[in-house]
Amino acid sequence: MAETAVAVQSDEHHAHEDHHGPRGWLKYIWSTDHKMIGMQYMFTGMFMALIGGFMAYVFRMQLAFPGISVPLYGQVSPGEYNALITNHGTIMIFWVAMPVLIAAFGNYLIPLMIGADDMVFPRINRLSYQIFFLSAVVLLASLFVEGGGFGGAWTAYPPLSAVAEYNQTDLGSSLWLIAVALEFVAFLLGGINFITTLMNSRAPGMKAYDIPLVCWMIVIASILFMLSVGPLLAGAVMLLFDQTIGTGFYDPARGGDPILWQHLFWFFGHPEVYVVLLPALGVTIEIIATFSRKKVFGYKLMLYTVVATGVLSFFVWAHHQFIAGIDPRMANVFTVTTLLISVPIAELCFVIIATLYGGSITLTTPMLWALAFVAEFLIGGVTGIFLGASGADIYFHDTYFVLAHFHYTFFPIAIIGTFAAFTYWFPKMFGKMMNETLGKIHFWGTIISFNVIFIPLFVLGMGGQHRRIYNYQHFPDLAGPEMYQLREIATVALLVMLAFQLVFFYNCIRSWMSGEKAGKNPWKSNTLEWTTESPPGHGNWPADQMPNVYRGPYEYSHPDREEDYWPQNEPT
Amino acid sequence: MSFPKPQATLRSATGIPTGRLAVWWLIASEVVIFGGLLGSYLMHRLGHPEWADAAAHTNTWIGAFNTFVLLTSSFTAVLAHKAAEAGDGKKAAKLLVLTMGGAVTFVLVKSAEWAYEISHGYTITANNFWSFYYTAAGLHALHVIAGAIIMGIIAADAYRGRELQRVELIGIYWHFVDVVWIFLFPLLYIAK
Amino acid sequence: MDRFLIQASTYAADIDGLILLVGVLVGFWFVACEGIFFWLIWKFRARPGVKSEYLTGSEKKIRRWISIPHLLVLVCDVFIVIGSIQVWYKVKQQLPEADSTIRVTGQQWAWTFQHPGPDNELDTADDIVTIGELYVEVEKTYHFQLQAVDVLHSFSVPVFRLKQDAVPGRSITGWFQPTVTGEFDIQCAEICGIGHGMMAARIFIQDANQHAAWVAGIPSTTP
Repeated sequence: MAETAVAVQSDEHHAHEDHHGPRGWLKYIWSTDHKMIGMQYMFTGMFMALIGGFMAYVFRMQLAFPGISVPLYGQVSPGEYNALITNHGTIMIFWVAMPVLIAAFGNYLIPLMIGADDMVFPRINRLSYQIFFLSAVVLLASLFVEGGGFGGAWTAYPPLSAVAEYNQTDLGSSLWLIAVALEFVAFLLGGINFITTLMNSRAPGMKAYDIPLVCWMIVIASILFMLSVGPLLAGAVMLLFDQTIGTGFYDPARGGDPILWQHLFWFFGHPEVYVVLLPALGVTIEIIATFSRKKVFGYKLMLYTVVATGVLSFFVWAHHQFIAGIDPRMANVFTVTTLLISVPIAELCFVIIATLYGGSITLTTPMLWALAFVAEFLIGGVTGIFLGASGADIYFHDTYFVLAHFHYTFFPIAIIGTFAAFTYWFPKMFGKMMNETLGKIHFWGTIISFNVIFIPLFVLGMGGQHRRIYNYQHFPDLAGPEMYQLREIATVALLVMLAFQLVFFYNCIRSWMSGEKAGKNPWKSNTLEWTTESPPGHGNWPADQMPNVYRGPYEYSHPDREEDYWPQNEPT
Repeated sequence: MSFPKPQATLRSATGIPTGRLAVWWLIASEVVIFGGLLGSYLMHRLGHPEWADAAAHTNTWIGAFNTFVLLTSSFTAVLAHKAAEAGDGKKAAKLLVLTMGGAVTFVLVKSAEWAYEISHGYTITANNFWSFYYTAAGLHALHVIAGAIIMGIIAADAYRGRELQRVELIGIYWHFVDVVWIFLFPLLYIAK
Repeated sequence: MDRFLIQASTYAADIDGLILLVGVLVGFWFVACEGIFFWLIWKFRARPGVKSEYLTGSEKKIRRWISIPHLLVLVCDVFIVIGSIQVWYKVKQQLPEADSTIRVTGQQWAWTFQHPGPDNELDTADDIVTIGELYVEVEKTYHFQLQAVDVLHSFSVPVFRLKQDAVPGRSITGWFQPTVTGEFDIQCAEICGIGHGMMAARIFIQDANQHAAWVAGIPSTTP
């Protein structure tokens, strides 16, 4: 049924021109406009990225130059080191990757790309951001309370995380946990909007297979999140009770089981990586289609493969627990499922590569980022196979090999994916073009230094270096000069990468203030967001000019057309 | 309510009312939360047969009474929905208030039950059975209270003939709360 | 792998062999994919007057380039799974008969090792308990009983390629057989609090004479 139900109760209808929402500075707090809420998530996420990045700077300085007084921080104590690595991971996943990729771009783009004037439940949308904001405040507060921030790793295994005498961060541990739980609630609320809006608020004529893939990806990611986070939320309540009122859910002395937490955590934790992967993949596909002027090769294939990956992702979690003390026979089951999941992911990679075939490729800054996502994520993907094979994981578990593997997946997702999306939709969001030269300098500086950081870490992992250690001088086999040289190389590369981000910030500010005006559709793309003003006004289109859709989103280079693109809203 | 709804809220490309989709999403997420909690409880219970000693001290009669109260309140919620469908906002509101009465009864009975148990030393930290008991039933009770409050707001609107479609939605939520209890009751009260 | 770290146990070579198998298979796909990827970017760069092809995704010729590699990936996975199950079984599921049993206990923040002493029986009066130093004899098969007092720890001996988490409330049994003599790191491979980074220990793999002397309590100048 593609007809829109436009029965409107008269006391509720205001023309878009009359209703402007809150005015002045209040609109930055009270707005229910999906674009404003998307921006709020974006800037909060980017701010938290600075904090997470600063933490990485501090602990990498300590690792390369143990005992040093780190500029802008001071000396790093063992307890502080643990808090830094714990919160670096926690922040990057929950307060950077998820808010930027899902909440910021999801909120900003979905209504625009399906031809709607907002999300279905704008006030729930605003509430979700407010809860998210609160969660960020609580997390940051946890770093400054007495005892310091929680230092039990982002995985928070009990009994360490459950008992203050063991972790020595009584208040910090509980605040950390509450912050994470609040973040989960915020995203559960946000998900309500994504799925209902995608399903019901589409422009007339937009069938399911006319929806741009990035919208599908964000919604499927929301579904995966919702289905996997519940048990962990329950587990977090149990952990909080252990921490604060002295229950023994995870205390073996009282019949509890520390491994229960691990199962609850990773049952969520593994689907979670696909939760963040899917939006980045979606962004990549949009950009590659636009800048190779080609239809995505296998829209339905891609969709079904993504769903298959999502379903499979619920059956692999214990590959994080091979040597945790689970029944050894279970390990074989999880090796099989984990290796199986490499098949649909390989398929996605092949479909993207096939989209390039026969194309007409221009290497704009967004395209460079999108292509880099594919090339770098591939490294992350193949190194995961070593870890999915339980026999090999006996050696690699808790080494820097794991760390390098997941940075080769997370960094492309959270950082490369973000830069791809940001540089691509900047003209739409701010009405100005970004400077291409500065964009390319930022790109190469970031990508090259990224690889120089993490390849040494693979080598260190193969040499047996284990994780979450503040000073390798206590381990003679890990304290040799060659190993320290690798640590220094990685750290210096990080400093270089951080320096190149200044180019990005400069480009943003300069482009926003005095960049070339963007016009509606600078990239000559087909999707609906490019048919309205840059930036779009309140309601996205004039109320009586909402778009109708006549075709799919990737009709580039159609043989019957002179132009090599065919916007979705152009009548046939 | 003077919040102007965007066109997005009023469209329905699938033909399913958007509010219903939203409630199903909410219920799905709650099912996974409670599922995780109860699954954990079940695994522990199966591995710890000695918990039967602790479980023997739950009051099956009170549990049964509360089950009856919730089931009845689900019935009045269904009647409220029928009234709303017929356009009778006032009748729907009154039936919703009856449903809220069921919620209040449930919570009062539970408070008395817990007061009794706590005064006899069966506290949340007494042993892991009681930890699960209070956590699971407590989480459920929170959902009863939250649901009752939202029901009150919807009843007030319905009384004035507004947003009648929401009567069905709170009813769906209420049935979910009921179903959770139907799982809790045997797990906590009958399995001895 | 032994170029990165020596192999000092009977199954280290098996684990390294599996790593090599994965490396070869995965390396092939990696080079192939990246190669094709970069070649396509170059070959189909935008040129004036040249339009893109309009491909719907149902073109059989191109679909074959996806479905055949798809199948080949699955075949490679089967090889890896078989290899992995074999190695896993050897290290974690089977338990060869022990020449000796030791108890390894992790706590915040040190490893305690209980050796069975001259009577080769644990929990007797002549047991030798050490902190931070594990003494074993080369080419003898050992069972270890792994325990944790407070939080999770993990007993890790990189030169053996061995790792096993220690869980409070449980005693987990594993095995190893050293193949070379020497002195090597023991790590704790599960974050256990502020002192996790200081929870280092050393394993001393001795030949028969040295080990007999150590057990007998004769101090020696070389480990």
